[in-house]
Parts: sequence; structure tokens; C-alpha cells
Amino acid sequence: MENNEYIKRPENLVYSKPRLLNDNNMHYCPGCSHGVVHRLVAEVIEEMGVEHKTIGIAPVGCAVFAYSYIDVDWIEAAHGRAPAVATAVRRLNPDRLVFTYQGDGDLAAIGTAETIHAANRGENITIIFINNGIYGMTGGQMAPTTLEGMTTSTTPYGRRVDLNGYPLKITELLAQLPGTCYVTRQSVHTPATVRKTKQAIRKAFENSLAGKGTSVVEVVSTCNSGWKMSPAKANEWMVENMFPAYPPGDLKNEE
Amino acid sequence: MEEVRLMKGNEAIAHAAVRYGVDGYFGYPITPQSEVLETLEELMPWETTGMVVLQAESEVAAINMVYGGASTGKAVMTSSSSPGVSLMQEGLSYIAAGELPALVVNVMRGGPGLGTIHPSQADYFQATKGGGHGDYHFIVLAPATVQEMADFVGLGFDLAFKYRTPVMMLADGIVGQMMEKVVLPPARPRRTEQEIAEQCPWAVTGRPEWRKPNVLTTLELDSYKMEENNRRYQQTYDLIKRNEVRYKEYHTEDAEYLIVAFGSIARICLKAIEDARERGIKIGLVRPVTLWPFPEEIISELSKKVKGILVVELNAGQMIEDVRMAAKDRVPVYHFGRLGGIVPNPQEVLDAFEDRFLKSK
Repeated sequence: MENNEYIKRPENLVYSKPRLLNDNNMHYCPGCSHGVVHRLVAEVIEEMGVEHKTIGIAPVGCAVFAYSYIDVDWIEAAHGRAPAVATAVRRLNPDRLVFTYQGDGDLAAIGTAETIHAANRGENITIIFINNGIYGMTGGQMAPTTLEGMTTSTTPYGRRVDLNGYPLKITELLAQLPGTCYVTRQSVHTPATVRKTKQAIRKAFENSLAGKGTSVVEVVSTCNSGWKMSPAKANEWMVENMFPAYPPGDLKNEE
Repeated sequence: MEEVRLMKGNEAIAHAAVRYGVDGYFGYPITPQSEVLETLEELMPWETTGMVVLQAESEVAAINMVYGGASTGKAVMTSSSSPGVSLMQEGLSYIAAGELPALVVNVMRGGPGLGTIHPSQADYFQATKGGGHGDYHFIVLAPATVQEMADFVGLGFDLAFKYRTPVMMLADGIVGQMMEKVVLPPARPRRTEQEIAEQCPWAVTGRPEWRKPNVLTTLELDSYKMEENNRRYQQTYDLIKRNEVRYKEYHTEDAEYLIVAFGSIARICLKAIEDARERGIKIGLVRPVTLWPFPEEIISELSKKVKGILVVELNAGQMIEDVRMAAKDRVPVYHFGRLGGIVPNPQEVLDAFEDRFLKSK
């Protein structure tokens, strides 16, 4: 107790909630990666001092309510269409910071065409891509990024490539396109990786403002509810199973 | 300054858009409307007015670009033809739900399916009864001339911003491809960011410190609130129905029969009517200019005076349902339509009229 009181003294508080992250109760499950990434997005916008010119595009999926938690202007797009929405927003408002925040189903299944073409045109937007290998919002169905053998509600006996095809490495695809300037894959399961993801988001946002092309920040994430694991176990499972298929690191970093 | 030119209806739309001060056009090629995008690319308005022109990867992307651009308070539009407009229905539902101003042009071709590239009016139901999911309507303007193709760009945007609703210009392949004299409207500048901020306080522009975030969403999981949203949409629709019904009447003063037709086919009917009048048969014409809201009052009034109504459409009978509802079984209402891209000549219209009304049965 004494120790807690000591920590709570103002001079010892080195970490606080970003101002742009409001007090609304998040609907995310305990242990979900979304809350951490939301916090990082809010922090970076705040630190860059660009909230007056930031426009976020929310997806359909668990992050559909992203606009309820981060106090910037938002547009909620139709399923998969965020990159098309962002394209027009940025082209018509070229001094704005425009980013999409999308899950794997939104970005890599129903929105594949919009994602690839926005990146191929080199739209000056940032795509934040939460990859947890499952459809969280609708109750744990197979996503394009679901791993081979992984159990979901629509692959109850595990994903079979002869029936369902292969896990889609869309970030690798996007890195091939000349329109992208920065493509990276990160995670938020340890303090060190959280810091690296924050740096990645900052770099991506700076690129977008500077008009360098499309930046993609994939965050390999957990969905402990969908995966039916405890949050701690989900982190372990992610490192053991997701990282071999989706290895963290920069795929493209053009200065 | 106004300018008189000879051009296709599709080209007139492009010129009118630049002159109106449209901020963005997003489109995808499809016959018979590709000249809209082609003309805009040729005009290079980004060099003059700053208008954004972008060829999208699909009609799905194009309509969602319109959704995004409109969310920021900009005057944005797209154009397509029937199969492409089918792909846009999801986006149109979102734009209607988001109460966003936008202009969508459908230069109709014959369907269903991939159909034909020739003129049709078979998307009347889709345009006037919703088209996408949910309870919504938007204003539908039906141009009959190249001049109206140009004029309805400005009218469409004026109405779209007045009521915060998408507006569809429902043209057909005839008026899209036909060349006519057109008086282009005077050019005016695009709205400034400050004007947009004043006129569209709801616009998603980036949040200044003094206001709360603007969030454009069509999601509302609280069904009581969603019902309220729907009631608000319906109030807007009622207002539009009261204020914005538009139609043209021809030879109705002494008419014993009435033809109802919209778009370019109405001009063929007018020629048929004039031919009939030379033979002493008094037919009048009502041409709905807004298909939604539908000019039911004038048709209801005229149905009390005439002996019968012929609805002429390039489809198997769509607008006739609205005409019948307005005429309330007072007089016989018959249909004449050609399908699949065939356009009748005035004599065929007259033959159909005589067959329905003058032959002793």
C-alpha cells in the first residue's frame, strides 16, 4: 500500500492517459490488443499536435466504435471500404492527416480491392491493420489471415488449405507496391513492442502528412475471446503461432 | 459567362460540374456514360478550379469515395450506368443514412444482368423505391435534353445540400449519347474551407479545439435511437415531397387522353401527340421531372378530366405503378414499353395508344 501511495505522487507520475483518449468505457474484451493500439494512436496524434487536422476512418468489425474512444473527427466506413473513403478525404483535403484503422476481415477479405488500389495509387494515408487472424465482432469466424489448422466457428475442425485456401499475407503484398513508402509489422504484447509500435505509427503519420505515399502498420494482435484463451495464454500463442506466419519487422522503409 | 456549345449529354455533365464548382468526381468506365470521366480528364479541372477527378478501381470504390468526400462537406459526384449503379447501392444506402449531399448520375442501359449498352429506363424502381437496404429515398431528377443534363448538375447539388440528401440524375443512353445545343452555366468558384465550415457544421474536417469531434456514422445499436434517426429521415422526405415536386405539362388544357412519360422518351411521345392532334385526337403529356418525389397531384387532377392514361416507358412497366396510384382507378391506365434497349418511334407510340383506347373491343 505504502508503495502505491508513493507511486501516485504527482512527481512520480511519468505515464498518464492521453487527453484524446476519452473516458467512455471501451467495449473491447479484457486482454484485447485494440485498447493498446487506440491509446498509441491517441498519444501520437497528441504528441504531433495534429488533432485539428486529423480524420480517422473506422472499419466494420470490432473497431467499428473506434470513434467512440479517440476524440478526433471520424468517418465510419462501410465494410472494407475505408481505403476508398480515405482516398477521397485526403485528396479533397490534402493538408489533413488521414488514417484508416481496419481489422483483417475488413482489410484483407471484403476490402482487398480497395486496400490494394489505394496503396497502389500511393494515397497519402496511413493504414493501421489489426491482424488477429479471426473475425472478432461476429463471433470468431475464419478470417483471410486465419492460420492453417486454426479452429474458428466456421472452421470447427481447423482451417484446411484444400477447402479454405492459405492465410493471406496481405502486408507482404502491399510491400511489393511502388505506392507504399513504409510497410511494417509490429505487435503490442510487451512494453518494448508497444514502444516500437508507437514509433511505427508516428513514422507512418509523418509520412502521410509529408505526402510520401501509403504507409501500412500491421499490428499482429490477440483475440483471446475468439481464440478462447486467457489474455496471457493468447500472448504466448501469438508468439508461438502467429509470428512464424507473420514475422514482426519492417517490410519496407523508404527514407 | 454563359457559353453555347454543341455536345453530348455526358459531356455536358462534365462541363457543368467544373463550372458549378464541384470539388470531386470519382468514377469508373462503363458504356454509355464513359464520356463523363473522359471529358473531365480532358478538361483537367485540377489545373483550374482545383477539382479532384479520379478513376476508381470499381463502382464500389467510387461510391465510397463519394461517401468520404461528402463527409468532409465537399461537393462530390459520380456517374455510372445500370450495372455499375447496382454495385453502388450499398454506398447509396450509407450516404442516405449519413444524410450526406452528393450527386449520382445513372445513364441507364438495358438490363437485367450485363444486358445491353442501348438505352433503357428499367432502373426506375431501383432509383425511386430505395435500391439499397433500409428505409430511404432520395431525390431523382429525370433529364430529357442535353440542356437538362447540364442544368441538373447545379440543381442536383443545390437540392442535395439544401436537404442533406443524395440526389440521383436518372438519365438514359439516348440523352447521354445524343448531341444537342446546350447553354453552359456561368462558371463559379468552388466553396472555400471557411464557407464549408459555415454551411456544413456537421462536416468531418479535423476537430478545432472549440468543438466536439464530428463523427459521421450510420451505426446505432440502440434501436430506440435508430428509430429516431429513421423518423428524422422520414421528416426530411416529407419536406422534400411538399417542396420539390417538378414536372412539365404539354397540351393538357383540352386533353381527352393523357400520356405520362419521363426522360428522352417523353420527347418521342410529344411528337406522337402532335401527330395525333393533326388528326383531331386530343392527347396531353405529363413529363415527371422529379421521379421521386413523384408528381402524383397533377396526375390525380388530370385523371378526373381524361378518358384514359397511357404510360410510356423503356421498361416492362415501372412508373405505371405510381401513375395508377395517383389515378386511383378513375380511368383505365395502360402501359406501352419497349425492352432491352429498343427505342420506339412516334408512330409506334400512337399505334399503342390507338390499340389501347380507340379500337372497339
